Amino acid sequence: MLAVKASANVRYLAIYFKREDDLKAAAIEARESGFEIHDAFTPFAVHGLDKAVGLKRSKLTWIAFIAGAVGLTFGLGLQVWTSAYDWPLNVGGKPFNSFPLFIPVTFELMVLFSGLIAIGVLLINNRLWLFSKKQTFDRVTDDRFVLVLKQADAAFDARRAFKIVNKHGAIRVIEGDQFV
Amino acid sequence: MAVAFEKIVHEESKSDTSPEALSPLRKPLIEGDKSYGEVTEDICSLLDRKPGVGWWTAFLSAFVVMCAGIIATAHTVNTGIGTWGLNKTVGWAFDITNFVFWIGIGHAGTFISAILFLFNQKWRTSVNRSAEAMTLFAVMCAGIFPVIHMGRPWLFYWILPYPNQRGSLWVNFRSPLVWDFFAISTYFTISAVFWYLGLIPDLATARDRTVSKFRRAVYKVMSLGWNGSNHTWSRYETVYMVLAALATPLVLSVHSIVSFDFATSVIPGWHSTIFPPYFVAGAVFSGFAMVMTLMIAVRKLMRLENYITVQHLENMCKVTLLTGSIVSIAYLTEIFIGFYSGNPNESFVIINRVMGPYAWAFWTMVTCNAIVPQLFWSKRIRTSIPAIFVLSILVNVGMWFERFVIIVTSLHRDFLPSSWASYMPTLTEVTIMFGSFGMFFTFFLLFLRLFPVISMNEIKGVLHYARR
Repeated sequence: MLAVKASANVRYLAIYFKREDDLKAAAIEARESGFEIHDAFTPFAVHGLDKAVGLKRSKLTWIAFIAGAVGLTFGLGLQVWTSAYDWPLNVGGKPFNSFPLFIPVTFELMVLFSGLIAIGVLLINNRLWLFSKKQTFDRVTDDRFVLVLKQADAAFDARRAFKIVNKHGAIRVIEGDQFV
Repeated sequence: MAVAFEKIVHEESKSDTSPEALSPLRKPLIEGDKSYGEVTEDICSLLDRKPGVGWWTAFLSAFVVMCAGIIATAHTVNTGIGTWGLNKTVGWAFDITNFVFWIGIGHAGTFISAILFLFNQKWRTSVNRSAEAMTLFAVMCAGIFPVIHMGRPWLFYWILPYPNQRGSLWVNFRSPLVWDFFAISTYFTISAVFWYLGLIPDLATARDRTVSKFRRAVYKVMSLGWNGSNHTWSRYETVYMVLAALATPLVLSVHSIVSFDFATSVIPGWHSTIFPPYFVAGAVFSGFAMVMTLMIAVRKLMRLENYITVQHLENMCKVTLLTGSIVSIAYLTEIFIGFYSGNPNESFVIINRVMGPYAWAFWTMVTCNAIVPQLFWSKRIRTSIPAIFVLSILVNVGMWFERFVIIVTSLHRDFLPSSWASYMPTLTEVTIMFGSFGMFFTFFLLFLRLFPVISMNEIKGVLHYARR
């Protein structure tokens, strides 16, 4: 199944492979030969594929780091404010602003903020949500690996593309307007 | 959306490449020489098949026990904590024992999914999904006990820091009980999202495969439109790594914080700096024992012998052996410190544990936790399924008694001999405890029916593990 937007002028070639190594090798050679790779679809995370298709490193680690810092500040701030300023409570003569005792809650809130925000950004970024209408390539969640090449201009040499992917064991090539 | 445009411009049939040679250095993680398609078929067909007699028997038994637990809990909430065998001296007993025990059970799930992931232990892929599910259900069981032991559980939200009408009275952030609340709710939330995140690609596989319209609709919603795009995979892997990195210190912090409930007090037998690492090791120890018990049952019940192999069980036995040995050293350290500290109260607690009225519980604990796991040094025992099954259950019994010994033997002989007391659980307490087991198994059995029990996408990633 392919989702199509008829308005697009750009055309795409979807090439099916049986093995992840074939997909990776084809992606590397296609890129080196000047073809533009739109995306690849795989049933599992193929290591080294990011590099093969020319994907940059995700910034999500930084987002998680910043979210963790926010959680940490919030956790510490909440405790210092409530325990030492808003309603100081004398419990067993412990100091109101007892920093070491605030560490556990601070740590937990840091982890909570970081984890939840990282997942939230992942879902938003990739438009993964409950009523998503995204469609999938046939068998790609099962045992097929698909490489999608973009035919951006008239100079696109389909014959050369076939030659490259055939060499790496392509089993099927289909053409479409827009893959979602 | 426009009509799907699909034109096959080129098709070439290409026979499967010849099977690759096995590496002499590594054994395959999955037996039976599976292809990607066979993995999908094996795991997804479990969801489509109607449950057999074995599953129904297990489910109904667990469900009945859970219902008994619910009735006993309702009785407690309705009448009060007086329905339990607690007294002024022994104020914590079965409730907190069960709480600490269940939290500990959960730890192996996070250990397998996070710590082994960071250490690149690829054998975790066969067991991580069910171990994570186990974590969730165990934490749910754990959560019940602190709430009902409050006596007025409908006021449980008083532990939350929120602006309220009682002056501007906030919770006491210097109390380990408040830390507990934060630790356990964070642990549950992070474990749940970690588990769900891992499920998304497999739910998409189930969605694309199932023939039932209803199931497809449910899986479609739950899989959030996953289509296997490399852009998504790349970010997904990053987030998975981040979550694993967060969950690793989290799992250590949770049981450390639970141990602070005891260690920050001044009760001899509780006030001990060894508690945080000792509790964490014990938690991983008991958790792995529970994973082994469940996995042996699951591989038999669902015919997953090719996926959960003897090698997996053997690896888990090794972890159990290691953590069991750490726990044994902790016991020895406690005894040593009891005498070396020169504190008469400390040494009294140790002597009372070993020879006092609850000596039977102490010796059950020592036998099950310190002696039994040492049998795993033998490869024959490590690779014998019936032996692992029996030993893993013994370890769980032992770890339950460890918590009981720590709590009850420290409390029942306090500073004043005039207030010394004994403790016997009532039928209500025992029923609540068994009810929590019923709940755990009910949820776990439902999980086996509703979700892919093995992480298909991760298994596919390690299928070529032993090939060159």
